Amino acid sequence: MTAMPQISADTLANMEKQRRRARISSTFRYSLLIIVGLIMVYPLVWMFGASFKTNAEIFSSPSFWPKEPTVQGYIDGWKTSTPYTFAKFFMNSMMIIIPKMIGTAISCTLVAYGFARFDFPFKKIIFSTVIATLLLPNVVTRIPQYLLFRDIGWLDSFLPLWVPSALAGDAFFVFMLIQFLRAIPRDMEEAARVDGANTLQTLIYIVVPMLTPALISVCLFQFMWTMNDFLGPLIYLSSVENYPISLALKLSIDTTEAFAWNQILAMSCLALAPSLIVFFMAQKYFIEGISTGGVKG
Amino acid sequence: MAELQLKSVEKMYGNGFKAVHGIDLDVKDGEFMVLVGPSGCAKSTTLRMIAGLETISGGEIRIGDRIINDLTPGKRGIAMVFQNYALYPHMKVRKNLSFGLKLKRKPKDEIEASTGEVSGILEIDELLDRLPKQLSGGQAQRVAVGRALIKSPEVFLFDEPLSNLDAKLRASMRVRITDLHKRLRDEGRPATVIYVTHDQVEAMTMGDRICVMKDGHIMQVADPVTLYEKPANAFVAGFIGMPEMNLADAELTMDGTPKLTLAGQTISAPADLSARLNAAPGPVTLGIRPQHMTIETDGAADAFSGVIHNIEFMGHEVNVHVTIGDAAFIAVVPTEKFDLKLQRGDRVGLRPTGVQMHIFDRASGENVSLAE
Repeated sequence: MTAMPQISADTLANMEKQRRRARISSTFRYSLLIIVGLIMVYPLVWMFGASFKTNAEIFSSPSFWPKEPTVQGYIDGWKTSTPYTFAKFFMNSMMIIIPKMIGTAISCTLVAYGFARFDFPFKKIIFSTVIATLLLPNVVTRIPQYLLFRDIGWLDSFLPLWVPSALAGDAFFVFMLIQFLRAIPRDMEEAARVDGANTLQTLIYIVVPMLTPALISVCLFQFMWTMNDFLGPLIYLSSVENYPISLALKLSIDTTEAFAWNQILAMSCLALAPSLIVFFMAQKYFIEGISTGGVKG
Repeated sequence: MAELQLKSVEKMYGNGFKAVHGIDLDVKDGEFMVLVGPSGCAKSTTLRMIAGLETISGGEIRIGDRIINDLTPGKRGIAMVFQNYALYPHMKVRKNLSFGLKLKRKPKDEIEASTGEVSGILEIDELLDRLPKQLSGGQAQRVAVGRALIKSPEVFLFDEPLSNLDAKLRASMRVRITDLHKRLRDEGRPATVIYVTHDQVEAMTMGDRICVMKDGHIMQVADPVTLYEKPANAFVAGFIGMPEMNLADAELTMDGTPKLTLAGQTISAPADLSARLNAAPGPVTLGIRPQHMTIETDGAADAFSGVIHNIEFMGHEVNVHVTIGDAAFIAVVPTEKFDLKLQRGDRVGLRPTGVQMHIFDRASGENVSLAE
């Protein structure tokens, strides 16, 4: 038996002091974080609360809690001032988003696979060009694109919104997939080639399943960005029956003389819903890395 | 017929680096050929060229009577087992096994029968409905072997398949693979195997023949016994054997009988060595296996005098590290023949028994003591 070393009273006091200091410091840290977080999320909370207020109450109190909660804003807002209900605009949004998402996923996978796995003449230059378009402000290409699509006769249709994405026009996604592919060892693809798969079969049966987490992220980003896109539809779509949600929200501001803010806020809340739902549904795939299992035992 | 032939096969990379320098290798039908060498010796590159995963810059590769230089990997009649298993992570074991057959559009019942047979042979029946990430290393490796086996290829290619396993599992997998090879041979469907490893134990225990490579050249192709007893050059001599062969610069003189001078000490070459010597006097590299030296008292006849600088007691034998001049030697002596009173710093005599003592040309490294 060895005796426990004696701890002096001084050391004990010191330890207690340190512990207290750590407690104070973490209390301070978390309070600050909570306050800043609240400040950032407050407009959103307010919007949700205000969507249940009457139009008059919205400007009378900064509190987010409605005094006389009503869903009138939702009912009126849903009807809209146009011949269509808001359901039509939701449909339009989906009509734009879903083909665009699918087109993006397919085209970007093909392009990224090519860049990540094959050597071909001028690869470096072409890749630099793709990456350079990442740095190009979107607005710069708006006018030439507009003129092009006008000449083809695609104005006021969804085509100008679909086609560029279906041709891997979003360099960001190509870049993202290439980075992901680079991290996946080639052994599985080589094993597939030895098993007799051709390039396309290797891509479909082996690469795409391993790429799933990245593809879900791509689709998710594309979903949210397209949902929120205002400028694109504004430029190419002119008839109200083609409007997506982003334009429809603006529409209710334009056409009514006295803005029915509660309706706008109510519809904004609804407009947020799809993005939120999709995000929470796909969230776990963000985290789940699928390729680890086959590599290391 | 699944003879594999490499004729002046070369590999040159785009940056001008030549990895493989025109190698020739004949692997007989049903033979287990091991490619062994230190890392960077291009053994894996050679294997990948046979597989069709690397292009060939020159020469010719044949399987049977087909030249396969430009065939895709799937059409070469080969199957490969990768170092890190390379199982398809999203497919269950069953699908991993049958993927190749499915691509060949084999009928369903045939695929099922083959899967059943292979999983029986490799004892992986219970794993068929698991995903690769639910397998242990040994299980994953068996599935990887199964994926190769199910295709009944003409040539099996193994790329360091055991190096990710722990020592115990490696030993059992070693036996399993050689057993499998024997079993296929006994069943009348011999499989030609090319097995790449950097582990000489694997090479010596598994191979019918071993091909030792260095820097993109083949140093020697021979069966394990020949390789150990009659190394063609100093590289092979040093690479094969544990602990490795003692190699030291020495001087060969012919003063009536051949004599060897090392660090200023001259001894007569043992009779066993003199008989097969085929060398001109001059600077040579002397090679003696640690097991073929005895520890004598200092000053004993025909022994080099040196100083013990380390003693490793292994149980049944003792590794004695002795420095003779600048040269460090290791002698392995049975414990019962070792004087346990000897200590670090003591002077002893180190006498080569002559068995498997080799003389290498110092410039070329060629073994000049192999005359019959």
